[in-house]
Amino acid sequence: MIKKEKIYKYLFASLAFASLVFLVGITIVLFKEGLPIFKEVGFFEFLGGKYWYPTYEPADFGILPLVLGSFAVTGGALFICVPLGVGSALYINEIASQRQKTILKPLIEILAGVPSIVYGFFGMVVVAPFLQKALGLPVGQTAFTGSLMLGIMATPTVCSISEDALSFVPKSFRYASFATGANRWQTLTKVIIPSAGSGISTAIILGMSRAVGETMTVLMVTGGAAVIPHTLFQPVRTMTATIAAEMGETVLGSSHYHALFAIGLILFFITLVFNIIAELISRRFRIKLGLGR
Amino acid sequence: MDNNIRIEVKDVNFYYGKKSALQNVSMDIKKNKITAIIGPSGCGKSTLIRLFNRMNELIPNTKMEGTINLDGENIYSSKIDVVEVRRQIGMVFQKPNPFPKSIFENVAYGLRVNGIKDKKYIREKVEKSLKNAAIWEEVKNRLFDNALGLSGGQQQRLCIARALAVEPEVLLMDEPCSALDPTSTRKIEELVLDLKKKYTIVIVTHNMQQAARIADYTAFFMMGDLIEYDITDKIFTKPSKKVTEDYITGRFG
Repeated sequence: MIKKEKIYKYLFASLAFASLVFLVGITIVLFKEGLPIFKEVGFFEFLGGKYWYPTYEPADFGILPLVLGSFAVTGGALFICVPLGVGSALYINEIASQRQKTILKPLIEILAGVPSIVYGFFGMVVVAPFLQKALGLPVGQTAFTGSLMLGIMATPTVCSISEDALSFVPKSFRYASFATGANRWQTLTKVIIPSAGSGISTAIILGMSRAVGETMTVLMVTGGAAVIPHTLFQPVRTMTATIAAEMGETVLGSSHYHALFAIGLILFFITLVFNIIAELISRRFRIKLGLGR
Repeated sequence: MDNNIRIEVKDVNFYYGKKSALQNVSMDIKKNKITAIIGPSGCGKSTLIRLFNRMNELIPNTKMEGTINLDGENIYSSKIDVVEVRRQIGMVFQKPNPFPKSIFENVAYGLRVNGIKDKKYIREKVEKSLKNAAIWEEVKNRLFDNALGLSGGQQQRLCIARALAVEPEVLLMDEPCSALDPTSTRKIEELVLDLKKKYTIVIVTHNMQQAARIADYTAFFMMGDLIEYDITDKIFTKPSKKVTEDYITGRFG
């Protein structure tokens, strides 16, 4: 009997630690394959270089255009997913009837389940030509198109985490506010949103981290030009799209190959930082509301 | 009408869905007195006082019948602004519920939401309210600390200060001591006795000694019916109904 229990214990322990093994494995591979590029190009030259011509002779490995491309698309996506996500969370939590709530929330969550290739396809075939026509642009595949698609993709993340944060605000705060003669709007803006504030920030950061890491959609709708963007309405190429587009054509073990891994390494750190910040904020949030860790 | 009546409850029925919580309740709450509402759990005590500031409307699927007058005016009339009613009738809840803001901001909240911007006025009012709630001495050196750092008893007095800041006429207290230790309870009781000079107080309590100690009038409820309502001494010494006597002598509940 005792022996059997031990077997279970180790079985579940190994399952629980499996993801840690994967994480460590991925990190090791990223470092092993990414670091060699810095023997050829200095770290700051790599990060701050303005030209990405990996197949020229001699090659240029400057990822600044790609980093800026990623930030342009992600930043633009924030302008879409924050109002949409937080707004719908407020509606669902504060205004919607119970019936609307039970319909709306799952519907928004379905958006999260749509494969990214479908967003990409939709963006390429419908949104990009529409924007090109409507805004009179030379090409429809721009950073803005990517922002729009990513914004819609990140909305469910932002919405459902913000909604959770709002529903964690104790009802007693609401009662106390109404009892002192505050109206609904004041209760929302002065008590509920500030109380849920860090939860909502967490939602936004996680949405951002989702947008930075997204690949397929941006590859399809942002045009793929590795140049430093000056407006949102020009084609850009993000870090993720670069890896996806070029990895298949590069020679194993070449400088280009190592450079792509180094981009992956930097992306990994960016999303890691986002996730750590989100975790820290949400921990503070739970302590602030007295919900424990 | 009688000038000494602040709240007049007339033929009030209340339902949660189809379940009746109060039946045909009529009673007058006297000005500048403490009225205690006692009775076993689920008898409708808290429901009744939530009707006085229309907090019942925040709970979906409920229905209220009858009239409740504040100084002769029906607070359920369609002409009445519910925000105005809640400003005139302050409320303190069962569990202390300060906002996760500073001590100062908690008390200033009611003033701010009522459109007061004058900083000097707000500062004075906050100080006065904290003094009235007998907590000023304990917090005056840390007004800008988070209110959640206070002890339970202090938090409850802070909530009283928050309710007093908007100068209500009536203060509703829904078992304000049920989450507090005896020392904090005694402090709140002394405070309530002091506050009746200026306010009309309605207090729901589970604790019969508390009702006997501080209330001028006591109403006994059971299963949504007002069984008996009289001067506190009479309720506790010569109740006119048998069930009241059984309850206060601890035979049930």
